[in-house]
Amino acid sequence: MISRRAFLAAAGGAALAAAGAPARATQAAVDEAVRALTGGAEVRKGRVKLDVPPLIDNGNAVAAVVSVDSPMTEADHVRSIHLFAPGNPLPVMLGVFLGPRAGRARITTRLRVADSQTLSAIAQLSDGSFWSDSVSVVVTIAACTEDR
Amino acid sequence: MARAIVQVPAQAKRGEIIEIKTLIGHTMETGFRHNDRGELIPRDIIRLFVCTYNGVEVFRAELHPAVSANPLLIFPTVATESGTLEFRWTGDNGFSAVRSAKVEVS
Repeated sequence: MISRRAFLAAAGGAALAAAGAPARATQAAVDEAVRALTGGAEVRKGRVKLDVPPLIDNGNAVAAVVSVDSPMTEADHVRSIHLFAPGNPLPVMLGVFLGPRAGRARITTRLRVADSQTLSAIAQLSDGSFWSDSVSVVVTIAACTEDR
Repeated sequence: MARAIVQVPAQAKRGEIIEIKTLIGHTMETGFRHNDRGELIPRDIIRLFVCTYNGVEVFRAELHPAVSANPLLIFPTVATESGTLEFRWTGDNGFSAVRSAKVEVS
């Protein structure tokens, strides 16, 4: 005869196994997403500032500000900014496309962060170079995969 | 029709960088959640946001499930001339919403 405790443990384990499948993108998926963006070009650290709180209480709405040090002129501006989350089910979070008409490269949004991880922002400049910033965050309530 | 809020300064000086705030009501269902019968809830998100200034595109965003429900986007643009800014959101299941705002540039 199966005890109540053993049954619950088994059922709980099965439920976790069923729910846990798509929880994380792999590092390979992130690398592939970055490569699709850059075409293999070098991504350098700097010029980009990704501003997210290091300690996140609720991963469902995380305020994020990304700014890029750029004069935003016709000759030298930010073309696009992309946000990546290796710990989310999908590695790509958001892509924004700007131009000299923006005047300043600074955007604000709210993101879902599934787990404690290192978020990164990559900016493509008008000269074709890529710059990045990354921030490690700790999440207490995860987003994306929970069912409520 | 989805509820949306756009905030654009009514007046601006020529060449001034103005900040545009947009917020739209949308669940941004990720496609990774299950309902209480254990079935996967299909994805339903806004995929694209485009802002045009007198017909010229000045800002575009590609959204993914990692964008929170009720997507918020705040971005700058240079006040070049008086006219209309149009904001367009499109997404899964034929979702589409358009708002516009006028700006007077002196």
